[in-house]
Amino acid sequence: MAKARSSVYVRRGFSRRYESLRRAWYYFKRSPLSLIGLAIVSITIFIALFAPYIAPHPESAGLYMNFEEAYQPPSWKHPFGTDAYGRDVFSRVLFGFRYSMMLAAVVLSLAAPPGIILGLIAGYYRGTWIDMVIMRFADIFIAVPPLVLALAITSVLTPNIFNAMMAVTLMWWPWYTRLMYNMVSSIRNEYYVIALELLGAKKSYIMFREILPNCLGPILTKLTLDVGWVILIGAALSFVGLGAQPPTPDLGTMVAEGGQYLPTYWWISVFPALAIAFIILGFNLLGDGIRDIFAATER
Amino acid sequence: MAQVNSKEPILRVDHLRKYFRVSLGIVRAVDDISFEVMPGETFGLIGESGSGKSTTGHVIVGMYAPTSGKIYYKGIDISVPAPKRPRHVRKEIQIVFQDPASSLNPSKTVFDIVALPIKLYKGIKKKEELENEVAKLLELVELPPEYYMYRYPRELGGGEKQAVAIARALATEPSFIVLDEPTSALDVSIQAKIINTLVNLQRKFNLSYLFITHDLGLARNFTTRLAIMYLGKIVEIGPTERVFENPLHPYTQMLLSAIPVLTEEEEKLKPRGIASRGEIGSPMNPPPGCRFNPRCPFADEVCRKIEPQLIEAEKNHWVACHLYIKRVQ
Repeated sequence: MAKARSSVYVRRGFSRRYESLRRAWYYFKRSPLSLIGLAIVSITIFIALFAPYIAPHPESAGLYMNFEEAYQPPSWKHPFGTDAYGRDVFSRVLFGFRYSMMLAAVVLSLAAPPGIILGLIAGYYRGTWIDMVIMRFADIFIAVPPLVLALAITSVLTPNIFNAMMAVTLMWWPWYTRLMYNMVSSIRNEYYVIALELLGAKKSYIMFREILPNCLGPILTKLTLDVGWVILIGAALSFVGLGAQPPTPDLGTMVAEGGQYLPTYWWISVFPALAIAFIILGFNLLGDGIRDIFAATER
Repeated sequence: MAQVNSKEPILRVDHLRKYFRVSLGIVRAVDDISFEVMPGETFGLIGESGSGKSTTGHVIVGMYAPTSGKIYYKGIDISVPAPKRPRHVRKEIQIVFQDPASSLNPSKTVFDIVALPIKLYKGIKKKEELENEVAKLLELVELPPEYYMYRYPRELGGGEKQAVAIARALATEPSFIVLDEPTSALDVSIQAKIINTLVNLQRKFNLSYLFITHDLGLARNFTTRLAIMYLGKIVEIGPTERVFENPLHPYTQMLLSAIPVLTEEEEKLKPRGIASRGEIGSPMNPPPGCRFNPRCPFADEVCRKIEPQLIEAEKNHWVACHLYIKRVQ
């Protein structure tokens, strides 16, 4: 894009983008909670990416046993103590961030695009049979309580992290369909959409190039908020033994494993539980901050 | 139908009806209206909200099919939604909407918005050529392209947005433009500017306008002929100056007497003895007989029972009122 064209028109492509980013940051930073959310999410992503390098005992992530050091309470050497096999809980929690983030990334990147596209189509064809088919199909998935559906799927299939991700994906997409449906069915009545239809522009062009860009704000907000919820559901599945299997350092699995040693060796499950809360809190605060940006710039 | 004219009309609306089915019944938005628009003229459709004037415009541009009746563009039947019309006819009829905020996509630049119809109808793909075409159109609507080309709608004022909407409408080189209350959302000072632009464009390209408005003052200055609509019906139709000088229908008289004026001389010009009362009824359940009878101070038994037909009261000036017939007799 950085062609040196001697156009006479005021273009400001780059500076315009910079300008809108600056404005977004201005609205975002007005709330200290959003900044805390951003900090937590940054830390979470950093840990998830570099867990093997920053964990003091990376070998603890796998099938490592050192019974001499089992059940150690938190200390300088093991900040979060050690578990029944003598593994460093702190290192395992750091690896746990990795699994949680991977779960969220995989689930949302699988669930959001089809959900968004189906909602876009259903909203655009509101009131026709296309709308009926798509939305009733989505309603079927929405009607079943999410965790129950995931439990049912994972208990029929082999319990492992892949099936857990598939199960969560299957129950997640309809919410994006719903969100898009509501937005698109009001946008499609805007005069600019009608003008395009009168001109005879392609339906796919109208949907994907004209309507979709105006829906990105709420989608981004929902994606951010959902990271927390997906992690929570994933942890719940792991907790009941239908998600990641030991010795995977998954936060939910760790909470479940440590549960039997409560309350004496509390650190084995309390620290992973706090880590889950930490991540969810971060993404929720960040999501609220992003929502504030779009609420403010919409005016 | 209503007019006798040597020239061929550019647009002919013939017994047009548009009903909408809603959960509570049927809305008779437009109920059997006929009129013609001549090349190069500005035909006004005047009425309160709910009179069906906007719906008429929307059917003409092809937002939806009429319930019954026909629309002809230069003799070609176009009583179908826009996608089903022949391409070369579709490009001839454009619309400028009422709400400039909603008629431009907030995430597109002025260039994107105006270039799209050019891409679709002239097959120009090259960016430089498109820029030139868009620049020409922006100059026509008095927006210096150097400044406006890559602006987003949120950076523009209401009048500028409407100017962009006009530029988009001109992009297909139409001969007929429906102006659906194009200035009702704008400040008065900006209204004048937009109207001037429209008048200049009309002269330059011999455009025909269907001007939909509730603003009688504007209609008087801008239109050559006009039709007054009430609850989906045309109650009076004629040359603008005749309708203003000699309003025949009590509803027209009521509208004219409601215009706020500045001077005593102007006040004297207003029709006497008819004060505005009541509000427009429901197009779902129009009153029997003359639709205006519940608000008409002169209504009698006949008005409550029989629907009046349009009759030619003077040359090219038609009115649908029983009382007028009585008065003449």
